[in-house]
Amino acid sequence: MTDAPLLRLSDVHVRLTGSHILQGVDLSVRRGGVTALLGRNGAGKTTTVKAVLGLVPCTGTIEFAGASGRIERIDGRRTHEIVRRGIGYAPEDREVFAGLTVAENLALAERRNSAHHHDRVFELFPELKQRSRQLAGTLSGGQQQMVAIARLLLNDNQLLLIDEPTKGLAPLLVAEVADVLARAAEEVTILLVEQNLTVVQRMAQDAVVVDQGRVAWSGPAGDLLADADRTRELLGVATSGGGGRL
Amino acid sequence: MTTLVLLTITGLGLAALYFLVASGLSLIFGLMDVLNFAHGAFLTIGAYGTWWAAGNLPGAGESGWGFVLAVVFGVAVGTLVAALIELLLIRPLYQRHIEQVLVTVGLSLALVALVRAVWGADPRPFPRPGWARGTTSILGANVPNDRFLLIVSAVVVLVAVLAFLRFTRVGLIIRAGVENRTMVTALGIDVRKAFTLVFAIGGAFAALAGALGGIYLGSISPGQGTSLLIFAFIVVVIGGMSSITGTAAAAVLVGLVQQFANYYAASGVGDLSVVLLLAVVLLARPSGLRARLA
Ligand SMILES: Nc1ncnc2c1ncn2[C@@H]1O[C@H](COP(=O)(O)OP(=O)(O)OP(=O)(O)O)[C@@H](O)[C@H]1O
Ligand SMILES: [Mg+2]
Repeated sequence: MTDAPLLRLSDVHVRLTGSHILQGVDLSVRRGGVTALLGRNGAGKTTTVKAVLGLVPCTGTIEFAGASGRIERIDGRRTHEIVRRGIGYAPEDREVFAGLTVAENLALAERRNSAHHHDRVFELFPELKQRSRQLAGTLSGGQQQMVAIARLLLNDNQLLLIDEPTKGLAPLLVAEVADVLARAAEEVTILLVEQNLTVVQRMAQDAVVVDQGRVAWSGPAGDLLADADRTRELLGVATSGGGGRL
Repeated sequence: MTTLVLLTITGLGLAALYFLVASGLSLIFGLMDVLNFAHGAFLTIGAYGTWWAAGNLPGAGESGWGFVLAVVFGVAVGTLVAALIELLLIRPLYQRHIEQVLVTVGLSLALVALVRAVWGADPRPFPRPGWARGTTSILGANVPNDRFLLIVSAVVVLVAVLAFLRFTRVGLIIRAGVENRTMVTALGIDVRKAFTLVFAIGGAFAALAGALGGIYLGSISPGQGTSLLIFAFIVVVIGGMSSITGTAAAAVLVGLVQQFANYYAASGVGDLSVVLLLAVVLLARPSGLRARLA
């Protein structure tokens, strides 16, 4: 592993309907492992992820090293072009296609410049195979999250952007999702937005904390979680007692 | 009884025209959020394209395969114009809905004015192939054959569209895009290609409606498309805005109500009753007959 980052944001600003939401975000994600993107509600985590994908207009520089390994600017490019460089995205609200079946949701996610690992997906989520003809809109929230994660793992990616995958899930399912993502992280780099600090503790090597549209802290995830005062100050929670949900 | 049969089949023929125009409108609105006011102009282009080809295009003519070729020409021109309009005028205004509406309104006026400038405002007699001029006796009623041509064409188009949406990858992209365009792009799909395609398909169907409408009415005039467009929009709304089967059902409803009201009440009441129907459906089911595509 070289030290060159896989993804780098420099002085990224996002303005939406008159409000200045990201106010100069600088962060980098190194190749391999999991980087946690943390922050209070409304801090700008989702907006940061959307800026990388070109889903919101931004200024500043966003660079990404695709499969070629050469780092290139991706800001200003169109979303589908950015994604085709090898980025998978699981949005905060899952956004599976309710009117399509599970099988159709997966077929739609098959990216044309990638191999498609249906076997891997069904091995991780056997339930999706049984339910392949069910409309995704009739799945439970947890099952929908499985579809959203399956879409990520179907293609060969360099980077996964995963926005709060455990949001609203029962504890058992939180553990299952964390297991799946931990397995995925052995092969692909993940930028993980996550409020559940237990999950962060288990998975993330690095952490970036955003606050009011700026990066307030970045460094090894262990250092942050070990420092209860700093965690409380940055995230507004106490980590004692194993770090529950915010 | 014979009146009933005649009114029903004529109403269904009219419904077929409405469906051909409305299906494209509803696909375009569903996928792109564009209310395409230029859609009536595609119909006019199809009608005049067919009419011109029947008289001027080598190999084309007013009957038999020559007429089929003329219709193919008219539909091809309508398709091409629609695709070009999407690429050159709609695409640069992506996500700017007010501007898009203004552009399509402007286009509809400009294209109709262009046709009027070239071929005049007076109706032109439209070629009617021999078979379409005849009648078929059904339960004692002599039904003009052109009605069947309209109905069969619309049914073929309906089945083809449904199969296309259900069984092809592009159809899958369109169904997904109607639901959540942004997520489609986030899966690495260039959804704008589907936009152009949907516009072209809508243009083709409207142009076909233009040619068939010419046969049905026996003549064409520049403003025909625009007046049909109003009813097509009503059909789209009743059908649930972005549902093909809903649009088909709504077209049948509107066509029949209009025919029967015009006959049993007074001529002109048909149009009024369609508007009433719209109000009733919207009050009872605000999202239209069917809220899903396909
Ligand atoms: N389209 C928009 N227009 C205006 N403001 C927006 C828009 N999208 C987000 N915001 C605002 O930007 C800020 C950051 O939002 P963002 O969704 O990035 O927060 P977040 O860190 O993901 O929060 P959460 O933990 O609640 O998901 C919030 O104050 C939000 O209200
Ligand atoms: Mg968020």
